[in-house]
Amino acid sequence: MEPILQIENLKTSFMTSNGEVQAVRGVSFSINKGEILGIVGESGSGKSVTSMSILRLLADTAVIKEGSITFEGKNLIDVSKKEMRGIRGEKISMIFQDPMSSLNPLIPVGNQVAEMILEHHPDRKKEDVKKEVLELFSRVRIPEPEKRYKCFPHEFSGGMRQRVMIAMALANKPDLLIADEPTTALDVTIQDQILHQLRELEKEYGTSIIFITHDLGVVAELCDRVIVMYGGLVMEEASIDDIFEKPGHPYTMGLLVSIPDIKQDKSVRLMPIPGSPPDMTNPPKGCPFAPRCPYARKICAQELPEFIELGEGHRTRCFLQYPDAPADEHNPFRR
Amino acid sequence: MVRYFAKRLGLMLIALFLIILVTFVIMHAVPGGPFTSDRNLSEEVEAALNAKYHLDDPLPKQFFDYLKGLLHGDFGPSYKFTGKTVNDFIANGFPVSGKLGGITIIFVVLASIPMGILAAVKNGKWQDMVVMAVATIGVTIPSFVIASMLIYIFSFRMGALPSFGLDSWKGYILPVITLGGYSVSYLARQMRSSLLEVMGQDYIRTARAKGLAEPKVIFKHALRNALIPVITVLGPTVANLLTGSFVVEKIFAVPGLGVHFVNSVSMRDYTTIMGVTVFYATFLLAMVFIVDVFYCLIDPRIKYD
Ligand SMILES: Nc1ncnc2c1ncn2[C@@H]1O[C@H](COP(=O)(O)OP(=O)(O)OP(=O)(O)O)[C@@H](O)[C@H]1O
Ligand code: SF4
Ligand SMILES: [Mg+2]
Repeated sequence: MEPILQIENLKTSFMTSNGEVQAVRGVSFSINKGEILGIVGESGSGKSVTSMSILRLLADTAVIKEGSITFEGKNLIDVSKKEMRGIRGEKISMIFQDPMSSLNPLIPVGNQVAEMILEHHPDRKKEDVKKEVLELFSRVRIPEPEKRYKCFPHEFSGGMRQRVMIAMALANKPDLLIADEPTTALDVTIQDQILHQLRELEKEYGTSIIFITHDLGVVAELCDRVIVMYGGLVMEEASIDDIFEKPGHPYTMGLLVSIPDIKQDKSVRLMPIPGSPPDMTNPPKGCPFAPRCPYARKICAQELPEFIELGEGHRTRCFLQYPDAPADEHNPFRR
Repeated sequence: MVRYFAKRLGLMLIALFLIILVTFVIMHAVPGGPFTSDRNLSEEVEAALNAKYHLDDPLPKQFFDYLKGLLHGDFGPSYKFTGKTVNDFIANGFPVSGKLGGITIIFVVLASIPMGILAAVKNGKWQDMVVMAVATIGVTIPSFVIASMLIYIFSFRMGALPSFGLDSWKGYILPVITLGGYSVSYLARQMRSSLLEVMGQDYIRTARAKGLAEPKVIFKHALRNALIPVITVLGPTVANLLTGSFVVEKIFAVPGLGVHFVNSVSMRDYTTIMGVTVFYATFLLAMVFIVDVFYCLIDPRIKYD
């Protein structure tokens, strides 16, 4: 299948007064047309920085140091600001984690969605755009769209605001939607409704979705494929079936281990793995998971393992998966 | 909304009443009457004067008489300038102070807001440094020092601008800069920090994610949000500038309300002190009220209860 977006060896850092924070240290993945790709990982693993690098929406202190992001044959890292603006919201759009603060408090929600359309299609008539927005509102199940159009964000609940954000993100029927933990701040029922809608909209519009989450239950429910991130790196990449049936990385196993039956209990969240993520100002030169890994060996702290192919579309970054890895009781993959 | 403003208005009147009361009490708590201190009056004359100005009446009665006068816009007679009323002083002084203040307000708004925006947008660059340097000078150096420097440079060395009086438009330049210098600096800093804060908000990222160009992001999405805290400080600033700064009026020999006030304090002209204080307080409260109205117009989140 033809990938619609391809990221190759992306390295993004923040230049801070405490030194260089190497938030993303060489991430590669691609997403196909109509696919929903999940990105999971603990807090600070670099999920948001990766996704915001795509649209270059990071703070001024951020620098993309290396790599390429290919979209429609162009490297998004090099395109002009003007060209990037043409892509934002029109071809690639984004939904953010916190719906409470992602809408401008002083502008009626309807106008904020209309602005998205008018920005990219200035020749459209205002009334037509309004009609479109109302239609989008009913699409995302905002009751009484006509009445809600003029409301301000503070008159909406978190779930309603996230629906406005989704309506906005879909307004121009983008090719790719990046949803950065869109349901984390919402309660479970609302979360379910929103996921359901995203799935529906994906089917209807054929939009590819990058879905970032902490929640493996959500991944199981929504995604076709998943990448697991840790310490600014991709640790494992696999289809949904593979990741749950034969996880190929100790970190992935750690994420899964305390979840009894993921497919049934969909509200289970990541259980904390003992220890804390690495300091990205001074990232470890070996496997970043080594200090917390129950199977770590001497070499793990010294060298960064390369990717090993475990099967079609399934790769992992762990010494225990190397062909010459010892097969003993300390190797969960060779027992 | 009407109820909300009615309530605000009520609270304002109560505040005003308390200000009048406190001023009145303080004025009468100062030892000695208005006629005891400086001039050597015979006892009969002083008694006659006291009777004339009803200073023999019990204090509560004096207070209510004064209040009654105020309700009719009557600030009472001056104790020191026979035949003059406090209203005369205000009527003479306020238009002068008001005009100078009005011009200064325009100058302050037109200078500080663009300065603050520029500094925030060019955060950390040389434009920011220049604005912040100017603003730091403006808030740290007292206005009389600035005035002296300006007069020295532009009047004595260059002879380009008059050092006193408001006879031509040129006369306004130095007083306006001196009077507005602090406010320009203060508001520019406010505007800068407020805009910087807003620019870091999530909804600005949303605006950028829509594909908006930076000027649109700033002027359509950030500025209105950033102006809210600035408007709060603008209210008292406006009242301050309109009612006249004592120092600036003194330095530039501007016959405004501020000068009258200073003179009346040194001459113990109690009614004038009180009158100007009450006038000033009313003005301040009115400005705060107007700011409140603006606030509600700009920010839909404000709840009217
Ligand atoms: N503006 C910034 N300045 C400095 N460091 C930053 C900045 N933004 C993110 N980082 C750092 O980059 C790293 C990755 O952050 P990122 O936001 O991508 O994590 P995440 O995986 O999205 O986590 P979460 O699940 O909490 O959203 C973290 O170590 C974080 O501290
Ligand atoms: S490389 Fe070593 S430390 Fe890293 S996950 Fe594999 S076994 Fe654990
Ligand atoms: Mg994040």
